[in-house]
Amino acid sequence: MANETHAVDAAAAVAGHAAEAAEKGGMPQLDFSTFPNQIFWLTVTLVVIYWLLTRIALPRIASVLADRQGTISGDLAAAEEYKLKAKDAEAAYAKALSDARAQAQKIIAETRSEIQKELDAATAKADAEIAERLAQSEESIAEIRAGALEAVQSVAAETAAEIVVALGGKADKAALSTAVDARVKG
Amino acid sequence: MAEEAGTGLVFHPMEPFKIHSLFGGEVHWYTPTNATLWMFIGILAISLLFIVGTRGRAIVPSRVQSVAELAYGFVHKMVEDVAGKDGLKYFPYIFTLFLFIVFANFLGLIPMAFTPTSHIAVTGLMAMAVFISVTVLGFMKNGAGFLGLFWVSSAPLALRPLLAVIEVISYFVRPVSHSIRLAGNMMAGHAVMEVFAAFAPLILFSAIGIAVTPLSVLAIVAMYALEMLVAFVQAYVFTILTCVYLKDALHPGH
Amino acid sequence: MEGDIVQMGAYIGAGLACTGMGGAAVGVGHVVGNFISGALRNPSAAASQTATMFIGIAFAEALGIFSFLVALLLMFAV
Repeated sequence: MANETHAVDAAAAVAGHAAEAAEKGGMPQLDFSTFPNQIFWLTVTLVVIYWLLTRIALPRIASVLADRQGTISGDLAAAEEYKLKAKDAEAAYAKALSDARAQAQKIIAETRSEIQKELDAATAKADAEIAERLAQSEESIAEIRAGALEAVQSVAAETAAEIVVALGGKADKAALSTAVDARVKG
Repeated sequence: MAEEAGTGLVFHPMEPFKIHSLFGGEVHWYTPTNATLWMFIGILAISLLFIVGTRGRAIVPSRVQSVAELAYGFVHKMVEDVAGKDGLKYFPYIFTLFLFIVFANFLGLIPMAFTPTSHIAVTGLMAMAVFISVTVLGFMKNGAGFLGLFWVSSAPLALRPLLAVIEVISYFVRPVSHSIRLAGNMMAGHAVMEVFAAFAPLILFSAIGIAVTPLSVLAIVAMYALEMLVAFVQAYVFTILTCVYLKDALHPGH
Repeated sequence: MEGDIVQMGAYIGAGLACTGMGGAAVGVGHVVGNFISGALRNPSAAASQTATMFIGIAFAEALGIFSFLVALLLMFAV
């Protein structure tokens, strides 16, 4: 369709675009009369762009990039430093912690031995007291027991004498006490 | 002509590439034309991005500044990777070319705009500048050793003269393909959009327009997206080929 | 009449020249396809070779652009 229309155009060669284009050689790109103009202005443009770039833009961007690089590497170095510091602090902390732990251990051991000593003393004292009391008690028990035995003997002898009298016998004091003695001990 | 008047379809695919004087009259070498206008708009845009955008010199960049830095880093890395460390001396020239091409390409995508890079005169001048300066640089840096570029020492001896001829031819074709690739890509995309645009008003004149007009509008949208890609890729390709040629000049020993 | 035949030849030639773009399309597709198949095998090496791929695309595409240019020349300049 394009070809056809254009064929009609070109063949007719009437005034208008096609005829004008044909006069100029068809393609504007091959119209050599405009070449000097384009070359001149292109040169101007490129020189201006080059000038703007080298004078202003490129140094500025390069310096910004360098600054950024510097900032980044500076920050990284600072971060490294902080990291080292943090590591030191961590080591110090760990040391303090272990020291404290050792101290605590020591205190605990001391306290324990002290307590043990006190405890031992108290136990010994208590033991002694207990032993003393025990001896006292045993003594009093023996006393009581002796008292009781005596009482039992005398009561038994009296009772036996009473019983003998009641049975119509004659109470022989010596024989009775020997017999009661033998019975009670028996 | 009668048919054209009947359907109203007018094809002027070459119309957007025409150069005319801004203030009327003949186009002399000094006349400000629409090409001049759009080149200067390109300069303006570049200064906005690279001078106004970076005036804060912020360590933490604003959006515009980070775009400028991104472009800087992109081309800087390209030059360094392809041409080597000693190629960085020529970075400002390459960056100038890249910025001019990329801004001309993208500004040319604005409707009614003019694309300076669609003209052989413009791309040809840039390609010739690259070609001549790279050749001169090669001879200056390496002397006659630069001719070693054409003598493929890794090939069998019998083949080398033939390869040398081929290498010389391909060396001299470089500026041609370098310039025509960019101009042709720009021209082709714009011409295709122009043709589709000519189909768009068909709905006003004929019944098939109901089917054709939406399709052509869709096609323009798709072409526009493709052209956005092409605009960048061609600037990238022009720049990276410049770097490759520069590398050949600095290190001709392959 | 003579002019018409020349015009016809030019337009036919322009149409024929456009077939060259198909070749460029095949070439570009080949380049990218091989790049992707290589990149899928070794994704770590892909990023460093993107620039090479674009150079390859550019070379392949340039030839298609040449045929387009021939077509344009035949249509508008001959």
